[in-house]
Amino acid sequence: MNSSFLHFSSITKKIWMALLGLFLMLFLVVHLGINLCLLRDDGGKWFRAAAHFMGTNYIVKIFEVVLFGGFIFHILLGIILQLKNWLSRPVRYKVTNKTPTPFLSKYMIYTGAIVLTFLIIHLFNFFFIKFGWVSTHVPALDDKEPDFLGVTRYLFSQPAYSIFYIALIIGLGFHLYHAFQAAFQTLGLDHKTYTPFITGFGIFFAIVIPLGYIIIPLYFLI
Amino acid sequence: MRLTLKIWKQKDSHSKGKFVNYSLDAISPNCSFLEMLDILNEQLIRQNEEPVAFDHDCREGICGTCSLYINGRPHGPDDAVTTCQLHMRKFKDGDIIVIEPWRAKPFPVVKDLIVDRSAFDKIIQEGGYISVLTGGAAEANQILVSKTNAELSMDAAACIGCGACVAACKNASAMLFVSAKVSHLGLLPQGRIEAKDRVKKMVAMMDTMGFGNCTNTYACEAECPKLISRSNIARMNREFICAKVI
Repeated sequence: MNSSFLHFSSITKKIWMALLGLFLMLFLVVHLGINLCLLRDDGGKWFRAAAHFMGTNYIVKIFEVVLFGGFIFHILLGIILQLKNWLSRPVRYKVTNKTPTPFLSKYMIYTGAIVLTFLIIHLFNFFFIKFGWVSTHVPALDDKEPDFLGVTRYLFSQPAYSIFYIALIIGLGFHLYHAFQAAFQTLGLDHKTYTPFITGFGIFFAIVIPLGYIIIPLYFLI
Repeated sequence: MRLTLKIWKQKDSHSKGKFVNYSLDAISPNCSFLEMLDILNEQLIRQNEEPVAFDHDCREGICGTCSLYINGRPHGPDDAVTTCQLHMRKFKDGDIIVIEPWRAKPFPVVKDLIVDRSAFDKIIQEGGYISVLTGGAAEANQILVSKTNAELSMDAAACIGCGACVAACKNASAMLFVSAKVSHLGLLPQGRIEAKDRVKKMVAMMDTMGFGNCTNTYACEAECPKLISRSNIARMNREFICAKVI
């Protein structure tokens, strides 16, 4: 690899944004798979097994570091790119732009901020418990492992929390709606045959993944 | 047609500008937008007032000189036309028309509605060419070009460098312009030789000039008077990755 690849031009930053974005989308799928274990009528056996595996497996622990790096770089690059974009038009137009464009594409920084808010709350509610950085009302399991099933039940039994969770997940859906197709465009993966499929799959992904996450609080609420 | 115009007036690049209101009567719907501005300027000259400065040249939609951000859209409400090809029949009697210059850090206002678009020239100077030695013309069929590539290259070469893509983009990004130039040369065998250097240098200059980043809103494509496709941006990204990685 050419060493100048590390030189961050505008396109290089965008390429990293796209690659990290796709990587984070994969994580969303894996996380949803674990969450859906909650819907099994087995007393939380599958979910606890998955939580135990995720909390103790060394490969997963390494993956966690990569994942955190991915989140941080994706967020930082997003902020850096946005600041540059704002600075590129120091004098704004008097009349708001009326160019027909996909609505959500113009608000990625704001939907991204919603996702970041969700991420921070989610880390405090779940992830930081296992390090003992955050305390919880729910007692730990016998082997001192945090009872994530109990924490989930406790949080989602509160309607206000569940509604807030669902609202933020809808924000994630808005972010994904534009992000999926845009990532492929940024990576130069444009093809007259495949691009319509990628666009369609992106919309499908942006609807199905948030719906999957929304089902969980609804399951505990109803 | 009776019109009210709100036009950006600015003495020079260092002065602070403001909107000035003008009224026009008896404008024919068959008038072009620039002819309407000519009528306004004749009226202003007769009243010993300073005319409105605006860019124009060929008035045939092929030179890319005219600009103008009209009622929130570069080149006005019509699709796939330059301002000079926009006609007053696209407006209604009694309309208020707000006319602003292109707004982007690399396009400073020179006077009124005229902006300095030499940032585009600097990008072209970095690689918007092929290096050829002079001599006898080569046999045309010696280098074969596929029909598909010839068509795509011609489509990209239709870019007139007017800057509507930058004006329309919420980030003032020049990706559509640069990608059109990278594509129209890079798709042809003669342009492949310098393709890697071209894309790296042109992108570097685009960044140096202060254009924003592409966030794939495709406003550029929607406002391009020459219908330059967003697929050129994807092609440039591809070229850039190959030039940097391979």
